Amino acid sequence: MPDLLDKRLVIVTGKGGVGKSTVALALGLAAAAEGRRTIVCEVSSQEHTSQVFNRAQVGFHEVEMAENLWSISIDPDEAMREYLLLQLKVRAMRDLLMRSRIFNYLAAATPGLRELVTIGKIWEVALPDRKVKKARKYDLVIVDAPATGHGVAFLQTPRTFANVARVGPIKAQAEGLETFLVNHRKTGVAIVALPEEMPVNETASLEHTLTEEVGVSVDRVYMNALYPERFSRDEAERLETVSSNGNGNGSLRAACRAALSETRRAGAQREQLARLAELVSAPVRTLPFVFEPELGVDEIRRLSEAID
Amino acid sequence: MAGVGELLEGKRVCICAGSGGVGKTTSSAAIAAGMAARGKKVAVLTIDPAKRLADSLGLPELGNEERQVDPKLFSEADIDTNGGELWAMMLDAKATFDELVRRHAPDAETRDRILSNRIYQQLSNALAGSQEYMAMEKLFELHAEDRYDLLVLDTPPSRNALDFLEAPKRLMQFIEGRALQVFMRPTGFGMKVFGRGTSMMFSVLRRLTGVEVLEDLSEFFQAFSGMVGGFRERAKRVNELLANQETCFLVVCAPQGEPITEAVYFHRRLVEAKLPFGGVIVNKVHYESELPDHDPGALRGELTSALDDEDLAQRVVANYEDYRALAARDRKNIKRLTAEMRARLVIQVPYLDTDVHDLAGLMRINEYLFAAGARERTAIAAEA
Repeated sequence: MPDLLDKRLVIVTGKGGVGKSTVALALGLAAAAEGRRTIVCEVSSQEHTSQVFNRAQVGFHEVEMAENLWSISIDPDEAMREYLLLQLKVRAMRDLLMRSRIFNYLAAATPGLRELVTIGKIWEVALPDRKVKKARKYDLVIVDAPATGHGVAFLQTPRTFANVARVGPIKAQAEGLETFLVNHRKTGVAIVALPEEMPVNETASLEHTLTEEVGVSVDRVYMNALYPERFSRDEAERLETVSSNGNGNGSLRAACRAALSETRRAGAQREQLARLAELVSAPVRTLPFVFEPELGVDEIRRLSEAID
Repeated sequence: MAGVGELLEGKRVCICAGSGGVGKTTSSAAIAAGMAARGKKVAVLTIDPAKRLADSLGLPELGNEERQVDPKLFSEADIDTNGGELWAMMLDAKATFDELVRRHAPDAETRDRILSNRIYQQLSNALAGSQEYMAMEKLFELHAEDRYDLLVLDTPPSRNALDFLEAPKRLMQFIEGRALQVFMRPTGFGMKVFGRGTSMMFSVLRRLTGVEVLEDLSEFFQAFSGMVGGFRERAKRVNELLANQETCFLVVCAPQGEPITEAVYFHRRLVEAKLPFGGVIVNKVHYESELPDHDPGALRGELTSALDDEDLAQRVVANYEDYRALAARDRKNIKRLTAEMRARLVIQVPYLDTDVHDLAGLMRINEYLFAAGARERTAIAAEA
């Protein structure tokens, strides 16, 4: 089985607010630093990568962010347009569809169609032989996927369409996407978790659903934002004594209390880390909590050095 | 300035909205418990409560029906509820959607056709906003039944908090849209009633999708069309409930840059939509009152002599600097938030060192949520 970054497609998912976008970008930077031509695909309208690099929004364009690192934000309407262009070689036909109001209503109302064309575009970007003329070829495509609940439905879309569409071109294409997603040699999934009870529980059940129901290969679980263990138990006891003595000024006591708080947090987080390791089958890697006020390029670059 | 107690005085519905991972479920549970402790009969509608919290409230198996939290738990925690009650239920979007179809289907055949349609079966997950809409649907149903003084809704986590507000509109667009009308004609794709252009469009479309997909879609949209009237009426009344003066929206967020930006945006949208915004709860805040200013050199000296350990003193100072950096970040972001809110209520709940997993933990949060004002909260944080 190839290592995570040796695959062609890596999907980064997890509960909301756990730092998926940060981890996706850090993985991208790590792969780029190894000389891989890498692109980070974002699937929500809020762009993260271009913002971190202080650049204008990239939209539905593949824009270079750093050496070997590109970024694209996949808008389903654009993906649909491109799909029609590629499918219908006769210009009159696609103009007919795209101009038809009824077609546009149908496309908007059909459940799951937006997700399907989004995954279709991701697949296209990852192709060694791109369908889009003169398009750049990548070694690795990283997807900043939707949060847990929506994420599972997202990845299941090709199968749903393949099932619904019994026969016809859509079925063949949906099956092609499905085959690519569940190909464990080509496609890998990284789940991001936080060292708290709920995210750990959700990570465990997400891994189960992704492995058993969706059939993708979950290769790695990242425990993100882990506090360092700065003080030993013996040191914590000494700090406790000093802080409860009542002597000294406010900041001395506050500093001791902050150290004790850090010790408690780091300890509680280690319990959750142990639970996570117990509950999931994929290898667990940790990423340190970043104390800097903002997660900019420099901070994410540092994370990328510890990520693989 | 006031607290949640004053804010929810006379309100029948409290909606906690915000992006994922900011502690919305815990805030909702704490508010519900706090109002129950003030003598109200409260139900909290939640998405996915932490198992330890649900367990400790004696609610290990929450379903789509409300369950009461044993009043003994309150008395054991030394809380006099003055006749208040706390109920909880877990929202099940699929079950709620099925109920809705059963209610609005004109006859048994239509009902069965919808429930067994393969596209419908994917719908509760796939249709954008359906989870969000179903949460409000359940809220509406409970409100109409009028069995509670207050309903607290913990909204589903969505990547974008706005999905929640858009949900009724999207559902209505979906069922009222032309797509439905196209398929409403019993003659398959309605080609006869449309012009040549449309029938050509369908013939191109068929080349792309194959005929069966169109047939399945046609069946699905046709079955749904019988329910449009019922749905439209219902969605309208759900919207009226949201805009009702007895409803209160609370935005829940965390003090990092992104969640604050989302909260600001969400607040603006609530105001634009003329929905009753109550205030913002910022969870996991590092209070500066806990971390007074200092002279690093002097502090290191004092710590070294108090601990008799220079290396340890050095690390304690470094940690203190990190904590103060977090507090400074939080203060800066909350200042931005407060400026946007124009002196509306912003309630800061501190970052607690351990997970909240029982009634006592909820009550600890409530010291802040229900405190009389910001000054009191700062004082509590400094004492903690």
